[in-house]
Amino acid sequence: MFPMLRQILRNGIVTEPAPDADIALRVTAQRLSEAMLAQLGRALVIRHVDAGSCNACELEIHALNNPYYNLEALGIKFAASPRHADMLLVTGPVAKNMEIAVKRAYDATPEPRLVVAVGDCGCTGGIFGESYASCGRVANVIPVDVCIPGCPPTPLQLMQGILAALASDRKQAKHE
Amino acid sequence: MNHRTESSRMESQTPMQFLDQTIEFEALADHAVPTYAACVDEAELLAFCDAAHAGGRRIVALWGSDERNRETRLGFALHVAFDLAEGLVCLTLPLPAEAPTFPDLCTRFPAANRMQRAVMDMIGAHPASGDARSWLRHANWPADYYPLRSDAPDTQHATQNEEYAFVRVEGDGVHEVPVGPIHAGVIEPGHFRFSVMGENVLRLEQRLGWKHKGIERRFAGMSLGEGVRLAGRVSGDSTVAYAWAYSQAAEAIGAVAPPPRALWLRALLLERERIVNHLGDLGYLGNDVALAFGLMQFMRLKEDWVRLNARLFGHRFMMDRIVPGGVTVDLDDAGAHAIFTQCEALESELRTLKNIYDEHAGLQDRFLTTGRVTPQLAKLLGVIGLAGRASAQHWDLRCNHACAPYDQLTPRMAIERNGDVAARAQVRFTEIKESLHLIRKILREIPAGEVRCEVRSEADKRGLGWIEGWRGDILVAVETGADGKIRRCHCHDPSWQNWPALEHAVIDNIVPDFPLINKSFNLSYAGPDL
Ligand code: SF4
Repeated sequence: MFPMLRQILRNGIVTEPAPDADIALRVTAQRLSEAMLAQLGRALVIRHVDAGSCNACELEIHALNNPYYNLEALGIKFAASPRHADMLLVTGPVAKNMEIAVKRAYDATPEPRLVVAVGDCGCTGGIFGESYASCGRVANVIPVDVCIPGCPPTPLQLMQGILAALASDRKQAKHE
Repeated sequence: MNHRTESSRMESQTPMQFLDQTIEFEALADHAVPTYAACVDEAELLAFCDAAHAGGRRIVALWGSDERNRETRLGFALHVAFDLAEGLVCLTLPLPAEAPTFPDLCTRFPAANRMQRAVMDMIGAHPASGDARSWLRHANWPADYYPLRSDAPDTQHATQNEEYAFVRVEGDGVHEVPVGPIHAGVIEPGHFRFSVMGENVLRLEQRLGWKHKGIERRFAGMSLGEGVRLAGRVSGDSTVAYAWAYSQAAEAIGAVAPPPRALWLRALLLERERIVNHLGDLGYLGNDVALAFGLMQFMRLKEDWVRLNARLFGHRFMMDRIVPGGVTVDLDDAGAHAIFTQCEALESELRTLKNIYDEHAGLQDRFLTTGRVTPQLAKLLGVIGLAGRASAQHWDLRCNHACAPYDQLTPRMAIERNGDVAARAQVRFTEIKESLHLIRKILREIPAGEVRCEVRSEADKRGLGWIEGWRGDILVAVETGADGKIRRCHCHDPSWQNWPALEHAVIDNIVPDFPLINKSFNLSYAGPDL
């Protein structure tokens, strides 16, 4: 036990301040009410769906929970089932073989079912594009609220995109 | 200046023979690892398989190609690459244009099973016997549509996921637990079908291929220079290894050798990639036995590591830094110093964390004897790479077929015998330590000079690249067409060989230990799904 405590104390708390939402990443007008946003802003549950990524986007999603980004401290956590989720975080182009699974996960997610497409692949189909085996971008398969480009997007960019889904348009107006 | 000398080309003209077989192989010029190729008939292929099997050698990869657009009299071809003591040996079996079939190699090399089925799905050449279930095709395109046939249009078809014929386990009290394709964590998709009795796993059958997104077809028509970006995205956690293997293949086609400094920088990036992945895995292994402390500590170290990648090389995972002809980055004294300091710091933290893991009774209890693959079983299944080394399989290209600069770095191979979760964790600890040692050696001894040279493609030529990634060896085989563009590019992930070992490793373990066992292998879905 003591070596563990020593190690924890030696390293202290390394968590860095969270970035602001990047509202420019939102591809639709905010469809949630202010009241709902106030609720979700403090307790958002995400279900990650890998629709056909190269797995590097996943590495960065994993990093969100490392002590530097500490996403859980913002009240944002990952769930094991879409039924418990407010948001789907979808990576990759949607592989043809994953199309049905992605649609099912979307259907199983309760309203407001925010969808965030991650990475160049999720946003546009990326290097894999559309083909006999790829449906291309996530929006070709399910409605998307926010697109976070990058190959892969960094953890900070991911946070800015996730927060953008929860930011009100009023705030955006103020920023402009 | 970088073109290889004529004398080395002359040497390569002498035909070679291996394993007491009469097949005459041509030594392919300009390959980083000695590489040989021959065209064979069925009997020769089978005899060679027998001889390779008897000699304790292994299949590296198996893939198919459509040769009809090269010459009208040609049909299809099956390519099988072997790891022999002399180097990489590739046999090509020409197949007829009508109803192509090839002999089933699974009896000698069980690992060939899924690769053969992928050949069937991709080019429509069938194994003559054995498992005929499709692998990459999930009924989302017609059964007679073969995407890697040059005359197949690239069109989408109606989606209608299949009913896969899983092997059924019958008996009193046996029930099936289906898991996936979407899993409970932040993980890649795949389907696992468990047959369980109480808590015990009687059988696991995997159904993969969900991430198949047509990468091989995508390569066709790309220039040699363009292809490396795609190769670096076959499996993102191994982007450096794929980009290096691809670049080796491209350099063989262009008959150039990158400047020595570029090769040393590549090795630096590759060892950094190995460490990043091993750190992440050691963290998650701790987490899977409820030691969240381990996850947080290792994830912090991993983040430090990728941040330095971003600072020095401009990308957290070093994507697109290795290109045909060399690398796009260089390292100055300040950068070398930063890496040196980071290595020292990581080494000391690792010592602390290793002690904590070693002395944590709960962790050891869960790790030891869990998910065992004995050396005998590993040999039978042909388990390779990290998982192979944890079961006493001596496969590590950096030692067995050391290309520059590994011939000068002389890494030590990490070998364990127990083949359990503990052994796979131990191999990771040992390999991080060795990679830290190699990185410091690179920093001390790296030659000065250029980091990139030009690579010009040549028409109708083939090149093979072969690199030991953190999971195991990655093979990239490239062939150019008459226009010098890529005609066929096959990328082989070591997970092809190792997924079946996981099916065996879980037998007689309890279901709740599956995530731990799975993580201890940490195989790629994207890589073999292609
Ligand atoms: S966006 Fe880039 S990192 Fe993400 S899945 Fe696509 S290729 Fe991989």
